Amino acid sequence: MTTAAIDTTILAILAPFAAAAVAPIATKVLKHNAAWLLALVPAFIFFHFAGFVAAVSEGQTFVISREWAPSYGINLSFFVDGLSTLFALLISGIGTFIILYAGGYLKGHPQQGRFFSFLFLFMGAMMGLVTGNNLITLFIFWELTSITSFLLIGFDHLRAASRRAALQALVVTGGGGLALLAGFVLIIGVTKEIEMSVLLQNPDIIKNSGWYLPIFLLVLGGAFTKSAQFPFHFWLPNAMEAPTPVSAFLHSATMVKAGVYLLMRMHPLLGDTALWTTVLPLFGGVTLLVGTLLAVRQTDLKLMLAYTTVASLGLLVMLVGTSVEKALEGAVLYLLAHSLFKGALFMVAGTVDHEAGTRDITRLGGLKGAMPVTFTAACLAAFSMCGFFPFIGFIAKEVLYEGTLEAGSGALLITATAVLGNALMLVIAAAVAIKPFLGAKVETPKHAHEGPVMLFAGPVVLSLTGLVAAVMTHATGTLFIGPMLSSITGQPAETELHLIPAHIAAPLFVSLGTFALGILLYFQLNRLRDLISGILTAIGWGPDKGFDQFVAGLVSLSNGVTRFVQGGKMQTYMTLTFVATAVAVLLPRYVTGGWPEVPAMPDYTFYEWGILFIAAIGLVAVLVAKTRLTAIVSLGIQGFAVALIFMLFGAPDLSFTQFMVETLSVVILALVMTRLNLNPRDHRPFGASVISAIIAAGVGIGMGLTLMAVTQQPFDSRLSDFFAEFSRTVAHGRNIVNVIIVDFRGFDTLGEISVVVLTGLCVLALIRVRTKPEDRLTPRAGTEARNKKLEARR
Amino acid sequence: MRTIIFRTVAPYLTALMVLFSIFVLLRGHNEPGGGFIGGLIAASALAIYGIACGVAPVRRAIVFHPMSISAFGLFLSALAGLPSLLLHQSYMTSQWISFPFFDVEVDLSTPMVFDIGVYLVVVGAIASIALALEERESD
Repeated sequence: MTTAAIDTTILAILAPFAAAAVAPIATKVLKHNAAWLLALVPAFIFFHFAGFVAAVSEGQTFVISREWAPSYGINLSFFVDGLSTLFALLISGIGTFIILYAGGYLKGHPQQGRFFSFLFLFMGAMMGLVTGNNLITLFIFWELTSITSFLLIGFDHLRAASRRAALQALVVTGGGGLALLAGFVLIIGVTKEIEMSVLLQNPDIIKNSGWYLPIFLLVLGGAFTKSAQFPFHFWLPNAMEAPTPVSAFLHSATMVKAGVYLLMRMHPLLGDTALWTTVLPLFGGVTLLVGTLLAVRQTDLKLMLAYTTVASLGLLVMLVGTSVEKALEGAVLYLLAHSLFKGALFMVAGTVDHEAGTRDITRLGGLKGAMPVTFTAACLAAFSMCGFFPFIGFIAKEVLYEGTLEAGSGALLITATAVLGNALMLVIAAAVAIKPFLGAKVETPKHAHEGPVMLFAGPVVLSLTGLVAAVMTHATGTLFIGPMLSSITGQPAETELHLIPAHIAAPLFVSLGTFALGILLYFQLNRLRDLISGILTAIGWGPDKGFDQFVAGLVSLSNGVTRFVQGGKMQTYMTLTFVATAVAVLLPRYVTGGWPEVPAMPDYTFYEWGILFIAAIGLVAVLVAKTRLTAIVSLGIQGFAVALIFMLFGAPDLSFTQFMVETLSVVILALVMTRLNLNPRDHRPFGASVISAIIAAGVGIGMGLTLMAVTQQPFDSRLSDFFAEFSRTVAHGRNIVNVIIVDFRGFDTLGEISVVVLTGLCVLALIRVRTKPEDRLTPRAGTEARNKKLEARR
Repeated sequence: MRTIIFRTVAPYLTALMVLFSIFVLLRGHNEPGGGFIGGLIAASALAIYGIACGVAPVRRAIVFHPMSISAFGLFLSALAGLPSLLLHQSYMTSQWISFPFFDVEVDLSTPMVFDIGVYLVVVGAIASIALALEERESD
């Protein structure tokens, strides 16, 4: 690799974001054929990272860094080693075919451009995640995957089920993301390091810090939610609401593998402790069994695959949790195999759905003749999933059994779990890949025929890759598996892979046992399905329901809190606000005793006294006014008097603004009064008025005293001197006030005008809300009136 | 409120006030004035027009929804800070261009663009509130 090539890595990682911007335009011009053009982007990324393979397999690692927010130590830095290279290759390689597939699958969809955009955004987030070196960078990309997957899962946003699934995925993975952020912040705080590559050089730094347990739990919180470990597994099958290209991408090599990636990445730092080797295999094993059992129960192709994804993730977590090198090697192999066959199978399921009109296996059969290419791809992928010879799944299974058998005290239990899980996965693989295609032809909603090349390119290439990777065992081992394994173990790892088992040993017999069990179970599939359904109905509650109950509980809790804090009575709000203001200005004076001195009689001219007198008259008029409207206008008298005082004492800008503000407040207050349909007179009992008067006096006196105290302090003229000196020379303006507003303090003003815009929006919303109850009384008339109004507004 | 005198005078008054508000806006850098005050004047001009002649003619006259004007102002103000980035200066560093126009030296600057943004924000937001309040159910 040349330096220039290494430098383009950032470009490669961020390229999907650029593609996301271009995609809608390209799709508008080229329609679905834009996919051919757009697929070049992930293909470019794939070949870029393929360039790293040789160097990485020799044990080199690369760190590419750009400054981002250097004052916080946050840099856009990326780490390329065995682990990230294989992930990057899987994401971009499968991504290329997903883009093509999406081109065919959503052909003619009005929002296809947007769909491509979301896919690319997600792809970019994933690339950043698996290569992120700086912990904060990694976290940002981690969160980006949550957000973009929300967009993807909820793509079909007109359906309530999609929206729910999207929200659920966001809440679960986003919640886990928060835990992860806390974990990362702890790591940064404890180790004073922020770059993963540096941390990995001192693998014991966290284990020896005394903060291991909280860090471990928080990181696990992130990884388990993302990788759908029991009991957080429920969001993954629900995410099947997304269009199939999304499922094929998210649930094969990307989103759900992010958690596994994180565990693998952190393995040198957190792994191989008693806690790690207990918790991970436990949760992984439970997830594996739950996933496969729930998969058997389904009859929908996509849901069956989704649950086996849950199961596969469980298997991976279980293997990583053993911290045995051979099992880790099995995990790496299985991860590769799973990405390939699951991506292919999802696409097959989508093609079947697309061409035959249903995904229900009980309504599918005999499609072999109609869809020969898809059938072949499905078989190849399913054989790999079953672990048949000579596919990559077979090698993975051999190695992982060898690993689980070495896994110390729990070896037998872990192996048994793996066998049962794998046997059930074989059942699903057979059901998904064979049942729709073989047997008697079943009448399907659509007349089934082979899909276009865009649809079958992905499954064919991915499933063939699973075969080629197995046939070229040695190359796969040295180029991909070995380097990735050494990243996970933290030390150079030797891999020796054989397609044909080198010696007849335990793993082979376990494999054969798995096949036998699987085939046995396949013939009992219907009975098994009924049994599991029966059990689930008997239990009647699951985390999915739990999620709904949790959300409903949260909503009613916040409702209760809001009702308690915000009673909805204007009078109470006003009273509380002003009492609090009075206390805030008076209490500190009382406690510190900092009362201002009584000022001497000022030496004013007669007209200055006159204006003050007018202001006082205005106030008296407010108090004696018979109607509210008169009071509001009278208050304006005092306001104009104050504006005149500003003018006389040399603040024309202030005076000018005061005039305008006063005018507009009177106008708007008057309008509000007429609109609220209040009684024009104030009919409160005398006691209530007295209380209001006391509060008003408290606030007024408090503010007055504060102002007096402030002006009696010695005046620090540094700022005004600065502005006076530089306003003309630096900012080219003689009006200091305006120069401060638009130049010296321009950033403050930007914030202030943002608030003005928001306030305008909020007031507008409030005014419109008021019309609602009337609408409810006379629905039709109200709606009509509102429509007319909306029209007028347009 | 809708007396004949008021209704006859209001359009002229509004036009004058809007003109004056722009004058106040542009002189702001050297004399009392500026975007905020100018915006308030223009907003009251629109409010007066609305009170006199009804809200619909005002909405027609300003073409865009007042909140859109307001949001565009915010956008313009935020944009005014960007040119300095091209010159590797920090955000919102002011940039000035001077050129003779007939016999007068005309100064154009990013703070002026910023101030125009402030003006639009204030006009839009206040006018939006005032017009929405003036709109009665019967309109």
